[in-house]
Amino acid sequence: MIETENLTKKFDGLTAVDGVTFRVDEGEVFGFLGPNGAGKTTTVRMLCCLISKTSGTAKIAGYEVGNGADSLKIRKLIGLVPDNVGLYESLTAYDNLDFFGKLYDRTESQRKESIAALLKMLELWEKKDVPVATFSKGMKQKLAIALALVHDPQILFMDEPTANLDPEAAKTVRDFILDLKKQKKTVFLNTHNLDEAQRICDRIAILNTTLRAMGTPEELERSVRGRVTVIQLEKSSDAVLTAVKKLGLGNVSAEGNKLTIDTADPEKENATILDAVFRAGGRIQSVNVVGSTLEDAYLKLVREREKL
Amino acid sequence: MNLKHSWIIALKDIKVFIRKRTVLYTVILLPLLLSVLFPLVIEFGGKSTGGITGPEIPALLHSFEWFFVIIPAIIPAPIASYSIVGEKLEKSLERLLVTPTTDGEILLGKSVAAFIPAIIASYAGASIYMALIDGVTHGKLGYFYYPNWDMGVILFLLAPLALLLSIELNIITSSRVSDVRTAGQLGSLTFLPLIGVYLASEIGLITLDTNTLLIIAGVVAVLDVALFRVSTSVFQREQILTKWK
Repeated sequence: MIETENLTKKFDGLTAVDGVTFRVDEGEVFGFLGPNGAGKTTTVRMLCCLISKTSGTAKIAGYEVGNGADSLKIRKLIGLVPDNVGLYESLTAYDNLDFFGKLYDRTESQRKESIAALLKMLELWEKKDVPVATFSKGMKQKLAIALALVHDPQILFMDEPTANLDPEAAKTVRDFILDLKKQKKTVFLNTHNLDEAQRICDRIAILNTTLRAMGTPEELERSVRGRVTVIQLEKSSDAVLTAVKKLGLGNVSAEGNKLTIDTADPEKENATILDAVFRAGGRIQSVNVVGSTLEDAYLKLVREREKL
Repeated sequence: MNLKHSWIIALKDIKVFIRKRTVLYTVILLPLLLSVLFPLVIEFGGKSTGGITGPEIPALLHSFEWFFVIIPAIIPAPIASYSIVGEKLEKSLERLLVTPTTDGEILLGKSVAAFIPAIIASYAGASIYMALIDGVTHGKLGYFYYPNWDMGVILFLLAPLALLLSIELNIITSSRVSDVRTAGQLGSLTFLPLIGVYLASEIGLITLDTNTLLIIAGVVAVLDVALFRVSTSVFQREQILTKWK
């Protein structure tokens, strides 16, 4: 549905997006993670034919991004929820939706039907004739999503759709994205909310100007490191640290009375580690096996870039 | 170009601006005030010295008429400012730009949205002015002064051209400023050269007869074409999203 190869964007010599290659399949919720300024919005703007690419290729449903004739066809296929709601505050919710429906050449009956369905689904039907200026942030965000869907697009680009929303409104939006997935819509989700990405995305790409990693949330978690064994000692000592290091397992670090050891297979390795700790005179208070998280993966990958 | 798209955008903008009372009052009040003020001047001016006499009236009316070129240059400014800078402020431009409309369709829609209310207000003001003037001068002149050719050239040629000039200037200034008031003020500067023409006629440097009016219309038309090229080069998706303030 969405394909890019070496997609690059430079602004006056400054590289915002550098050689990004990925593919998003139909019906997939694809998360685009990255810190502020990583190039997420720039990538979305290129894919939505709002700004030109400097080099590389991108295709949306087979149409080529950057080809003048294909741009209008692409825009008909996609919906965009920008990072700001972008509503006409003095108009009513219905008028906002009707305006965009008209621009997508929807007939009056199609518009009426889709507007009613969207407003009811997002629990805004009762407020359809109320000026948007009186809406809460959550209501505005829900209306912003409805605007992007009024023409029934195949692909939906969402730029930070839950930013600045209270937890309840954010949950409504997330549930709505999952509903879209059930309807086989392709969703491209820009976010820096790791929890959100983990909960609703089939696959995630981590971007920081260049694409740092891509995979399912589980694959990304595993890509950073396996698991770690955390041993809480009664009292730390150099002898214990040396004994564990001598085992030649993963990375070993000590912080206060806590010993952390990278372990590929803790079920097998922990017996050896604990034996070494005992032999070196260590007294153990607790042992925990902790898996790496998406946050670990994200921070590691993003920081690697920053160090470059 | 899909003119239907431009019309949809224009209607939406008109709907938005009608709800902005300050903009609405600016558009209505100026032509209305002048259309009443000028006949009052003719009726009550110079009362202490016996009033304005019949032979003095045509010269006075001639200078008043020029204001119906100046008015259309001033009143589209607040509408055009709201239409573009307002949309920038509400951050709705990105959403509009992602629809299957061309830059030209959006630009035309925005221009039509500023043009229609401004030309209606100008023509309404001019109609009131002409009716009142005919009412107060018929007794002294012995004939109806309006309509005449000069007013025809002003209303149907110069006024729309001056209005277009103002809209184009607004579009250009809108790309460089980030608040509605500044855009409106800069955009309405179109009236300054027109004031210059008025002053030149008042001190006798030029005579605003039909021929001169046609020449001025030609000059404004050339400026319209030049500014149209600049405004279309400024109003491009990528520039709006990445370069506009």
